Amino acid sequence: MYLLAIDWIFIIEKLVLIAAIVTLSMVVAMYATYGERKVAAFIQDRIGPNRAGPLGLLQPLADGGKLFFKEEIIPLASSKFLFILGPLLAMVTALLTSAVIPWGATMNIGNRQVPLQVADVNIGILYVFGVVSLGVYGIMLGGWASNNKFSLLAAIRGASQMVSYELAMGLSLIAVLMLTGSLQMSVIVGEQYNSVWNIVYQPIGFIIFFICALAETNRTPFDLPEAENELNFGYHQEYSSMKLGFYLFAEYINMFISGVIMATLYFGGYDIPFVNEVSLAQHIGENWVALLTFLTLMAKALFFVFVFMWIRWTIPRFRFDQLMHLGWKRLIPLALANMIITALVILWLKK
Amino acid sequence: MNITQLLFWILTVIAIGSALMIVTSKNPVYSVLGLIVTFFAISGHYILMNAQFLAIVNIIVYAGAIMVLFLFVIMLMNLSRATETLKNKWLQIVGAIAGSCLFLVLVAALKNTEVKKNLVEMGTGDIGLVKSLGRELFTTFVIPFEISSVLFLSAMIGSVVIGKKE
Repeated sequence: MYLLAIDWIFIIEKLVLIAAIVTLSMVVAMYATYGERKVAAFIQDRIGPNRAGPLGLLQPLADGGKLFFKEEIIPLASSKFLFILGPLLAMVTALLTSAVIPWGATMNIGNRQVPLQVADVNIGILYVFGVVSLGVYGIMLGGWASNNKFSLLAAIRGASQMVSYELAMGLSLIAVLMLTGSLQMSVIVGEQYNSVWNIVYQPIGFIIFFICALAETNRTPFDLPEAENELNFGYHQEYSSMKLGFYLFAEYINMFISGVIMATLYFGGYDIPFVNEVSLAQHIGENWVALLTFLTLMAKALFFVFVFMWIRWTIPRFRFDQLMHLGWKRLIPLALANMIITALVILWLKK
Repeated sequence: MNITQLLFWILTVIAIGSALMIVTSKNPVYSVLGLIVTFFAISGHYILMNAQFLAIVNIIVYAGAIMVLFLFVIMLMNLSRATETLKNKWLQIVGAIAGSCLFLVLVAALKNTEVKKNLVEMGTGDIGLVKSLGRELFTTFVIPFEISSVLFLSAMIGSVVIGKKE
């Protein structure tokens, strides 16, 4: 169906995919708040939320409703435009990353091959990196626009932490790129699909990436931007109602998306372990395999989300100088060494 | 006018509008934001010319790193509160003349270039893609590339030396 030289079915297909992915991220983030409280309760030997609905399953809805109907306060001395832009940017940058992730094997709808990926750009991983580096703005603008010393301090902490850990993250990514020889996410997954997962070759790279992901999403032990005993409440102190909700929500979306990215880069993406997808497709059909691969990716990502929560309720917070020390003096040299050794081994094996 | 040309004009309007915002806004934070929007619009132009690598590197380096540092400095020094000092009137006039001279020279230089005929090269040419760019950089342009990397190294050493002096 071509109209105005545009393939409209293609556009509809992508729109449906985008809507599905955004909804999925939102729902996962919503239930991640519930999961967080349940995991915390389990670790601290409590029951956790159990009042709203069976097993407390309606708790996220109740929380969301509460946030929506709370009074919205914009401080008089703040710059209003930036105050509203802050949580908006946090949310947008959290969701943008999902565009280049391959969510599952190709589906076949009405003789049309539908890849479960919004955009298979040939700079996929750099795109992820670019969006991550933009994540700083939500925190910085929100913290500064609040016109509050504590918020500003927290915003600056958050920004410097994110900028520092981006470096080690990028260096650990380069090792993965050298293994696959492509920046394209679908190629990175395809390579692992056909042979071994990257985690086998890059265990140190994965650990570095994981630590950096913790720092980038402002999770404990690196949650200094919201260290409540030092900074009252962190960069979102002046926020109320759903604007606060968006900040908290963006953190959970970031967690989920970084879990997905870790699964994609190091754990084979949507590859079902120990199963030959091609022969499975002949038995149960292409679309069911696509669904199964998608569920596999979700399981991997949710496992990482669980590990994030587990760490939060087990490990105490770092001091800020310790955080910088770890980032600049430990992780970056380690990542550099990892990169160089990987490069040397690849060169040696090729000759 | 097809869709790529339409995109070109939209991006151009955004780029010029936000560039004007950098100069005209009183609050330096808004200027920085204007600059970030300009970088995004220019990256959009790069993508229209099928130079995806350049586009994303522009965003990572400038919008993601350098502008963060700009914002950092402005926020820490709280520059937006400072009252603007009155500049010399003659200085302003000279600045305006110098600026328009530069503008004229640029327009004159770019007037008859090849670029004018093809504003958009969507999906054609692969010089901007990572593979061909890398090959060019490490074969044809290897010496300028190495020289610029030495320049970066010296800048890094310089910043470390300045940072250590206490």
